[in-house]
Amino acid sequence: MRKRYFLFLVCTCLVVLGCATTKDKLLDSDSSQLQLRSIQTRAFDTTDREKTLRTVIATLQDLGFVIDKADATLGTVSATKLNRYALRMTVTVRPRGETQLLVRANAQYELRSVVDPEPYQEFFTSLEKAMFLTAHGVE
Amino acid sequence: MRVSFARVSVALLFCVIAGSSCETIPREALKLNKESLELRQMQTRRFDTNDEVNILAACAALIQDLGFILDESETGLGVVVGSKARSAVNAGEVTAAVLCAIVTGVAMPTSKDQMMRACIVTRPFGEQAESVTVRVTFQRIVRNTQNQVTVREGLTDPEMYQEFFEKLSKAVFLEAHEI
Repeated sequence: MRKRYFLFLVCTCLVVLGCATTKDKLLDSDSSQLQLRSIQTRAFDTTDREKTLRTVIATLQDLGFVIDKADATLGTVSATKLNRYALRMTVTVRPRGETQLLVRANAQYELRSVVDPEPYQEFFTSLEKAMFLTAHGVE
Repeated sequence: MRVSFARVSVALLFCVIAGSSCETIPREALKLNKESLELRQMQTRRFDTNDEVNILAACAALIQDLGFILDESETGLGVVVGSKARSAVNAGEVTAAVLCAIVTGVAMPTSKDQMMRACIVTRPFGEQAESVTVRVTFQRIVRNTQNQVTVREGLTDPEMYQEFFEKLSKAVFLEAHEI
């Protein structure tokens, strides 16, 4: 009886862990959007978008990234870091109210999107130093 | 001793859970360190001109001279990106693989081709934006004869950067200052 119980448990685990559909993978349905957004976003007290974008680019370069794409109109920068692993990031800069800019970073490590708060915190700490401004958390 | 079925099941369960949580991002991946500054100095030069667009155009022309195909450019932010595919066949590696095949009878895969990328970023420098800094970064991905990716790296050989900036200086008729 116990044998059967364990076998059932193992099979259930396999099914539960292995059953992410293409839709789940495409839309990352398993992650909470709101929580992720607050982890990935900071506000800076400046309205100079171009300077902020240039600082983002410089920070990414300092962190060992090579820029893939940049668009001043849209306010986006994408970059890749190769260091035995592949780490890709997209950073967007857009206005928030009259006095602030929102900076959002998305990272993908190998085949997974990065959802831990720490790496983003490290990134924004590096960016703060280069901006000479404080990064405010955003709810 | 007979290993109980329950124990095997529990071990299997742990393996499944461990396998599903997989690898995570290294802690230092998004952290600045001492090398960051050294790399920046190696990869950056300053030119005494306020004409950023002219410098960027010279950079674009230079990486074309070096055989790169332009992938992306954004004048408003001073960004030019290019890439090129080249052979990665290395005589030493091939010889070693042949010797290994003779001795062991197993054919070892060797490096076949590589995708090299260059990214140039210009930035106004100084209080009055009286000069322009140029930072160039290179990286490459190498595949072997079985089409597996074997190397993914940023290129950090100082000579590469030295030669690049020597060429850029000649192209813009300006002296490249270290920062």
